[in-house]
Amino acid sequence: MWGARYLNIKNKKALRNLSHETLTVYPVQNIYSCLLFVLKNSFLLYNGDLLSTKISRESFIRSIADLLRKAEIELPDDVANALRKAETAEENQVAKSQLQAILKNLEIAKKHGVPMCQDTGIMIFFAEIGTEFQSGFDLEAAIREAVTIATAEIPLRPNAVDPLTRKNSGNNTGVGIPDIHWKFVPGNQLKITAAPKGAGSENMSYLRMFNPTEIGNIKNFVLETVVNAGGMPCPPLTIGVGIGGSFDAAARLAKEALLEPLDAPMEGLEKEIFEAVNTLGIGCMGLGGSTTALAVHVKTAHCHTASLPVAINIQCWANRHASVVFRGDE
Amino acid sequence: MEYHLKTPLKLEDIEKLNAGDIVYISGEILTARDEAHARILEMEEKGEKLPFSLEGAVIYHCGPLMKQTENGWKVVSAGPTTSGRMSKMTPSLLKANDVRAIIGKGGMKSIADALKNRCVYLAYTGGCAALAAELIKEVKTVHWLDLGMPEAVWVLRVEDFGPLIVGIDTKGTDIFAEVREKAQKQLEKQE
Repeated sequence: MWGARYLNIKNKKALRNLSHETLTVYPVQNIYSCLLFVLKNSFLLYNGDLLSTKISRESFIRSIADLLRKAEIELPDDVANALRKAETAEENQVAKSQLQAILKNLEIAKKHGVPMCQDTGIMIFFAEIGTEFQSGFDLEAAIREAVTIATAEIPLRPNAVDPLTRKNSGNNTGVGIPDIHWKFVPGNQLKITAAPKGAGSENMSYLRMFNPTEIGNIKNFVLETVVNAGGMPCPPLTIGVGIGGSFDAAARLAKEALLEPLDAPMEGLEKEIFEAVNTLGIGCMGLGGSTTALAVHVKTAHCHTASLPVAINIQCWANRHASVVFRGDE
Repeated sequence: MEYHLKTPLKLEDIEKLNAGDIVYISGEILTARDEAHARILEMEEKGEKLPFSLEGAVIYHCGPLMKQTENGWKVVSAGPTTSGRMSKMTPSLLKANDVRAIIGKGGMKSIADALKNRCVYLAYTGGCAALAAELIKEVKTVHWLDLGMPEAVWVLRVEDFGPLIVGIDTKGTDIFAEVREKAQKQLEKQE
């Protein structure tokens, strides 16, 4: 965000207030919004109270809208690299052609600044908020506002509907949407990760309450889920497995597991499931081939002695997510 | 084999296609997904006339992302959606209409019989919406926008839309079913 950078030069203190993890990757998409940002924040520069203690609501909303833009247009490096590696390794020519189309699609999306997939997802955010971080405004309402702005601006496909009437809200917000997961962490930072999730792969996800003695069946549960899904969730997949917790906590763990870096080494059960999944031969788009999954990540939590919840969250090749960090005053 | 076909498609255009062939389509294609399928079947049941022709048509399982400009609608992003959701409605749709090709992703369950000697299933790489948008040259018109942007029927002019893989041909060969069957056997081996 050039506006933020410009201001930072003018005032060193502002640098601490708003800092993007990857500052340089923010393209100037809209010169008008950029100017507006500078104007609004210039105003704040003269407002000592706001500047010295808090980030402004406007700059926060702008950053979240930009965060969504980044998540929709560009894949994280680890995901893009995993896809390139899969294309190089693939020997099945049909699967190879599909992986090449994916890589070409990523280039075009980046070049034209358009979402990589028309299913721009349901809006999911993970927020890690420092116990000492204070915003002074309603963060949830601001994220909601950023979603409506991003929907019109990028644009995003309006996907949020009432579950029963199926009426579309038109702006990707609704009851419980955006879905924001909060977690307290030590410190005075706020990290927000946007992970817009497509329905094709989400629909192939499963949760099962096993008997505690059935640990040996977990691997098979994943394999069955992947076979039943076939090409429908747009493989190559990232597979998140949540084990333990409770009925809902297991699902949360599985979703969090999707955010793990794809180049992180897989161990134990992860590795075992990963290798087994890639012997299935489902391949890219279910047309056959050697890469059905890019990674399998498992997250666990303690659970009741009488239960063993296992959730499998399936993610398509477009494992979209991006993060931004806001720093509170020191 | 690679084929370049023009719409409206004739039966002889698609009879020569074999599973695994690559196809590019030029001409007009119609998007239709869950709600549009349901409405087509509902109207046909009531004997009402559809506002578009499905004669020799190519149906694209797609819920595009469109932008309204001064010069009409513009495609932002338009990749295929999961065809599996339309599996149950498709046989009835094909019985009443001469749809000659369905474009989608992921294949369709138990559909090869309904397609036999009538229609082909063409797989387009899922999620490749930016790539697809480049090949869609014009939004000709839109029907049933009351269903919402993704569920409406968009009539699109495309040029060399592809590469599309023949997933299910008119002879009943279904690549997806073959892959699934092999995966199932592999799964049983693991158990």
